[in-house]
This record gives sequence, C-alpha cells and structure tokens, in this order.
Amino acid sequence: MPLPARKKRNYLPLVLLVLALFPMFGSGYYNELIAKIMIMTIFAMSLDLLVGFTGLVSFGHAAFFGVAAYSVVLLSPKYDPANLWLVLPAAVFTGAAVAFVVGLFVLRTKGIYFIMVTLAFAQMIYFVFHDTPLGGGSDGAFLNVKPELRIGETVLLDLNEPMQFYYIVLAFLVVAYVFLRVLLRSPLGHALAGIRSNEHRMLSLGFPVFLYKLAGFVTAGGIAGLAGFFSACQYGFVTPEILSWHQSGNVLLMVILGGMGTLNGAAIGAFAFVVLQELFSALTKHWQLLMGAVIVTVVMVLPGGLSSLPQRLKGLLIGGGNRNG
Amino acid sequence: MDFSTFLIQLLNSLQYGLLLFLVASGLTLIFGIMGIINLAHGSFYMMGAYMAFSLTALSGNLLVAIVVGIALSVLIGFLLEWALFSRLYKRDHLDQVLLTYGLILIFEELRSLIVGDDVHGVPIPELLSASIQLSETLSYPVYRLFMSAVCILLAIVMYWLIRYTRLGMMIRAGSSNREMVQALGINIDLIYRIVFGLGVTLAAFAGMLAAPVSSVYPGMGNQVLIICFVVVVIGGVGSVWGALVAALLIGLADTFGKVIAPDYAGLAVYVLMAAVLLWRPEGIFRRI
Repeated sequence: MPLPARKKRNYLPLVLLVLALFPMFGSGYYNELIAKIMIMTIFAMSLDLLVGFTGLVSFGHAAFFGVAAYSVVLLSPKYDPANLWLVLPAAVFTGAAVAFVVGLFVLRTKGIYFIMVTLAFAQMIYFVFHDTPLGGGSDGAFLNVKPELRIGETVLLDLNEPMQFYYIVLAFLVVAYVFLRVLLRSPLGHALAGIRSNEHRMLSLGFPVFLYKLAGFVTAGGIAGLAGFFSACQYGFVTPEILSWHQSGNVLLMVILGGMGTLNGAAIGAFAFVVLQELFSALTKHWQLLMGAVIVTVVMVLPGGLSSLPQRLKGLLIGGGNRNG
Repeated sequence: MDFSTFLIQLLNSLQYGLLLFLVASGLTLIFGIMGIINLAHGSFYMMGAYMAFSLTALSGNLLVAIVVGIALSVLIGFLLEWALFSRLYKRDHLDQVLLTYGLILIFEELRSLIVGDDVHGVPIPELLSASIQLSETLSYPVYRLFMSAVCILLAIVMYWLIRYTRLGMMIRAGSSNREMVQALGINIDLIYRIVFGLGVTLAAFAGMLAAPVSSVYPGMGNQVLIICFVVVVIGGVGSVWGALVAALLIGLADTFGKVIAPDYAGLAVYVLMAAVLLWRPEGIFRRI
C-alpha cells in the first residue's frame, strides 16, 4: 500500500541560506571545498539533464567540461587578467559548440552504442589535448592570472579573491539551477521527458526527436562548460586529466549517488562524492580502492541512490516497503 | 616506403588487429549474449599481462605462466559472474556501467598494491626469440608471427565453438530468448557463467600474449578498452565476425597512421569510427 501523499518540504531556501552564510564561519580550506562541491553540482546537474531527464547515458561528459576549462586558459592573455564578460560566455559557448558537433555523431546511436560512442569521442578529444601542443600537451597549462569582471577600467569582481570567487560560483549555481528548472517545465523539457519514457511514441507523434535530443545535448554541454570554466579558475591550471574518462565516470557517479532525475539529487551526489574523495584520500593514497568499493556497494544494494535512503529506511521500519526501489 | 618496410608494417597491423580481436570478441560476446556492458573488460587484459609478468618471474617459463594464468582467469571470471554480474542482468545499462567502473578502480588499485606502479618487461621465450631476415637491414621477430598464428587459431576455434557445437547452439539460443531456453530445460545461468568466463579468459590471454611485446604498465587496460569499444562500435555490437573485420581495419588504420602522420595517429581510429557512424550507425555487421 502506498504511503499517504504528504506535502513535500522545501529545503531549498535553507540550503541557500547555509551556503550564503558559510564563508563567515568556515576557514579557507572549507570554503574552497564547498566551492568545489558547488562547481561539481553544476557539472552533475548538466549530466542529469541527459541521463536522468532524457534517458541518454553519456559516458563522455567530461569532454565539454574539459574543453571549456581549456578555453579559459587559451583565451586569457598571458600576464593580464581576462575579462569575465568575455571568457565566461566563451567557455559556455565552447562547451556547447563541441557538444553540438559530437552530438551530431553520437545521437545517431542508441542505448549501449551511445555509451560507448560518447566515451570514444571524449577520448578522442582527450588525445587532442594530450598529444598535440595545443594546450601544453600532457603537462597541461597554467592560467597565470584569473579573470576579473571589468566595466571600462573599473574592476567589479576579481576571481582571484577566494571570497568573491565563492559568491560568484554560488550565484551561477543558482542561475544554472533556475535555468534547468525552467527548461524542464518548458515544452522542450516535456518533450525530453517524453523521449525518455518512449522515443518511438514521440517519433510517431511527429516530434523531431533528433533535434530535441540535440538541443538537450548542447544545453548540457554548455552548462558543463560553465562548470569547467569555474574549475579552471579555481585551480589556475588545466591538464588533460580533466577531460579523461575518469572525470566522466566520476560525474556519472555523482548523478547516480544522488539519485538521477532530480536536480537536488545532483547536489547530494556531488556533495557525497567530493566529501568521500577528501576523506579517502586523506586516509590512503590508494583511495580509489575505497571509492570503487563504495560504487560497487551502492550499485548492488542501493539502486536508487542516496536520496532514496530515507524512503527505504521508512519502508523497512513500517514493513512491506518497496525494497527494490 | 619500400616493399619490406611495407610488409613489416602490414604484418604489424595484422598482429595488432588480431590481438584487438581477442579482447573485443570477449566484450562483444558478453554484450551480445548476456546484454552486459563491461567497462572492466580492459582490466582483464591488464590482469593477464601482469599475471604473465609475475608468474614468469616465479616459474621462469612463459608457457607455465600462461597455463596457470588461464586457470586463474577462468576462476576470476566465474567468481565475478557469480558474485556481481549475475545480479545485474535485469538492471539498466547505467547500473552495469557504474558497477564495472567501480571494478576498474578496484582492480587498478589492487594492481598497484600487489605489483606496484613500475613498468615491467616480460622476456620472449627462447624458442621464439629468433627473427626472420627480410632484407639486409630489416627483420621480423618470430614471436609476433607466433602471436598472429595463435590469434587466428583461436578465432577459428571460437567460430567452430559457436557454430557447430551443442554448447554454441545453446549460447546462440540464449542470446535470442533467455526464457524459452530455460523452459526447454537448459541451465541458462550456467551458460551465462561460461560465456562470461570465456570473455574474461580471452581478454586475459590476449594480455599474456602481448606482455613480451608491449611491456606491462599501469593503465594498459584502459587504453585497450577504449579501442575495443571502437572495434565493437564499428563491427556491430554482438557480432564476432564484425569484431574481426573491425579489429583488422583498426590495426591497419593505426599502424599506417603512425607511419604516415605520427603526430595524429592517435586520432586515426576515431576518425574511422566517426565515418562508420555516419554511414551505418549500427555498425558494419549487426548480429552474430
């Protein structure tokens, strides 16, 4: 018997308040960590648009994140700060443009092919940065001076300042979240949901399915580009590793950990992943062993992700709950 | 390019292609028959190479190492299928991707803990260490010819196994309708376990065979895995015959790409894949 419907509590304002007040109490290390989690949340939300909302399991999402990060480094002048007005849209555009080209190829395939082909294309882009001198080869490249927001000669915001960086990331996290919320409620969002549940039906109804999927893919690439932009700015350097398939795997893991198909889940997943990564790597240099064990355990016993945990516990306590989620 | 250089490159591409086929055929069989996408397949190749290294160091003989290694691989395959994969048949591809991604991390770290992160070499057995003189300055190692011969032999055995034996018949039937085969009284779980063990063993054997030529290094499995995905995409998922043709094509593209444009050779195979995707999104051959 299903549980009686209850009005869902909205924790969003509370989370926002905590995030906004956090830097007043946290130290530099924790601020940086939270900023990283926010960046990864943007990244995970963009992938969730594909995996959770459209049903496209992409295993090459790091490519768009990575090329955008590289674009910041390549577009910034060597010894002067770049202008945020310029490099941020450029990074988003780069992510979206690469996603457009890749999408033209990969969206011709379905299911398991799609997984393999997205991985292969991402790997091809990885090799472009790894093997050619374009982005400094396998050593990567430094972003010597971080971008700032200038109007005329006045500097409004400087990404070099950790505090300002934190709040800019927070602001863009909210922008990305609201954007995706609106998009999911738009006709495009509904069409994507329709494709997810039955692509053939959508085709027979006369929807240009390929174009819708491409639109979703490009949007996801652009938002991943936004995350890539901030990631490059946070660390001040880029290496081919940021577009490696480990990165693609990790972001997919965040989406699953949090429970796919919900934007809040992406945030939970990003939080869980980054915190686990910090904990494990403080413990041992073989932290990936522990991470691997966590992944295997989650897949085997918790298919709905962490956000299904309360429901599951409740099911266990009351008895007769849906154990297979 | 004179004739002997061309011949050497041709033999190299053949040898590389055949080796890829061994790994990719396991991948494509596991998917085609069991519907499992296995990212950890490259790890089995890596395991095979490391087993060849450790066991040769222990026993002093590559042949002994290979025999023991094969036994171990079959065991590992059965164990993994029993403990993890058998629970994933009804799940999404997404869960399979994630589980096998987790396995890759575990296998790589275990490798690092047990053997370390150094690059190792495995000596070529004395019997096969000679070279055939092609011209004044160029020669071709016998071991590479031996590798190609073994791969061709295995391909023929596999073809025979799937086409002409009772087991092969059950495997083919199981790939088209699991329930019906079960209803006919065939133990489909056992068939699946055998197919998975076979796939793991093929990949590990390819690793053992390649160890003396390619050296043994961390991350070698992932490199092979992604190329194998390209092979499967070009050949058509589930098609062993397609995997053979695609692997040979990739061997050619990669080897001659390196001769013609060394800087961009890494991209040649992906360009080939993109072209095939445009032409035939479902691969050149579609089914077994």
